[in-house]
Amino acid sequence: MTISGRVWKYGDNVDTDVIIPARYLNLSDPQELARHCLEDLDAGFAGAVRPGDIIVAGANFGCGSSREHAPLAIKAAGVSCVVAESFARIFFRNAINIGLPILECPAAARATAAGQHLDIDLAAGIIRNVETGETFHANPYPPFMLDLIAAGGLIEYTRRRLAAGRTGSGAACCE
Amino acid sequence: MSPMTLAEKILAAHAGLPEVAPGMLIDARVDLVLANDITAPIAIREFEKLGVSRVFDPARIALVPDHFAPNKDIKSAEQCLTMRRFAREQGIVHYYEVGRMGIEHVLLPEQGLVAPGDLVVGADSHTCTYGALGAFATGMGSTDIAVAMATGRVWLKVPETVRIVFTGSLQPWVGGKDLILYTIGQIGVDGARYQAVEFCGPAIDALSMDGRFTMANMAIEAGAKAGLFSPDDKAMAYVAPRVSRPYAACTPDPGARYVRTLEWDVSALEPQVAFPHLPSNVRAVSEAGGVRIDQAVIGSCTNGRWEDLELAARVLRGRRVHSDVRCIIIPGTQEIYRRLAREGLLETFVEAGAAVSTPTCGPCLGGYMGVLAAGERCISTTNRNFVGRMGHPQSEVYLANPAVAAASAVLGRIGSPAELGL
Ligand code: SF4
Repeated sequence: MTISGRVWKYGDNVDTDVIIPARYLNLSDPQELARHCLEDLDAGFAGAVRPGDIIVAGANFGCGSSREHAPLAIKAAGVSCVVAESFARIFFRNAINIGLPILECPAAARATAAGQHLDIDLAAGIIRNVETGETFHANPYPPFMLDLIAAGGLIEYTRRRLAAGRTGSGAACCE
Repeated sequence: MSPMTLAEKILAAHAGLPEVAPGMLIDARVDLVLANDITAPIAIREFEKLGVSRVFDPARIALVPDHFAPNKDIKSAEQCLTMRRFAREQGIVHYYEVGRMGIEHVLLPEQGLVAPGDLVVGADSHTCTYGALGAFATGMGSTDIAVAMATGRVWLKVPETVRIVFTGSLQPWVGGKDLILYTIGQIGVDGARYQAVEFCGPAIDALSMDGRFTMANMAIEAGAKAGLFSPDDKAMAYVAPRVSRPYAACTPDPGARYVRTLEWDVSALEPQVAFPHLPSNVRAVSEAGGVRIDQAVIGSCTNGRWEDLELAARVLRGRRVHSDVRCIIIPGTQEIYRRLAREGLLETFVEAGAAVSTPTCGPCLGGYMGVLAAGERCISTTNRNFVGRMGHPQSEVYLANPAVAAASAVLGRIGSPAELGL
């Protein structure tokens, strides 16, 4: 799967309260959430983001609450991928579970500026900066998580396993 | 078999494996699954896509309407209704209605739903609170919780464990909140990212259960997956009258491997205050510089327990909240609320000029009951002070322990109980 998009660049510790403020947590419709995405960090984002755009950020992206509203809002805003130096644990799980592509790649995150364009080969974890021509390799996913991503997220993955009469999550114990 | 940390032992037991090591992906059985009025509606929507009709066990799911309940508006009412209907259809045993409920992480241990050695997952990041009982408890999103409600199982990566040893004994007005704020100040908001933290040492042995809940609660503010305490006599005395089902408490093995060990002598530690806008932005209260405040909030899953409110009452008894300050006090559960009434603390608070509410998360997440305007400052016993956490993005939140919050409410600026001659 290849992704191409324009970059929105943010710093370290972008927390779930600025990704989707709690005053909107009485909503759960992704499109409504998208209208307030990143509102308290960058009030111009929701109005100007275009389908396919990419968010690039520093360390600990998505720290704070477990609200799945955060990756849902980002995905519904049309963002095709989030590249960060690192992700907070719960945000990482949530993004994979709902099928929002994310890549951990400190070098790419540091070397990319707002407004530049990235070409991303998701399966191979290769990120190319269109303007500078630099290429980066993201940390690879374990096979179990690639299966989750290939199935389109945790629900579809689990639905298929349950329909096939299998119990358990299918996580291998020897990664 | 190699010796294991507390987190590793609990995870191995729930994965049915003789041993586990950091980095392994496991499939584990869970003892309890939690969701609230914000996260349950999405979890229920995803559950319905799974093609199963019943939850794995209606006695092992807890649903708590606490964030925007009593309903703050029509949309919140609809979210609570979605959860209530699901609870009735599925025969969920542990559903708590307004008037009997509490803030989930205060309520569940109090009601005996969590035991030492348990594996608990919740659609709320502060699920890690139950680590105080020696359980491995961690927060997840709604989709993970939907699958856990259907199957009773989750996938997990076994985390590395960090060990933090606290030596010495604590000064008056210094407690669990100060230890955890100090810790986050030292290691940073991602200092334990993806890791489990084991808290131990003489200062921890001496700490009350309520103080331990406060510390485990904020492990997530250092990025941790779980914050755990080895269950001792105090923990066992806490669960004995509450938990009626069988459980298997465990303790870390001698010689277990920790990714790092930190040791701090906390004998001289002052009450700590986290300045905006990160919980790691910590200073001693004497260096807080007398920041003027508009509001003080005492409550939440961090500091809404009996001991917290008792400390606040000791400071507020016979004093008045400063004329420029709104002081909002929220007991963590209905049980604590009853005890406040029974033991006269409710009167102390009301006479001091504080507003006292039925249990709710309310102001902690800028929901309702104490939302801040632009430029306003609040001292709060909650756990997060991110931009916009309690209201307008230009408002400010300062995190502190309940005694400091109460003293500040009286002073009209951030200050310590010592400044009131206490
Ligand atoms: S009190 Fe605050 S931190 Fe705790 S569960 Fe409620 S909203 Fe979350």
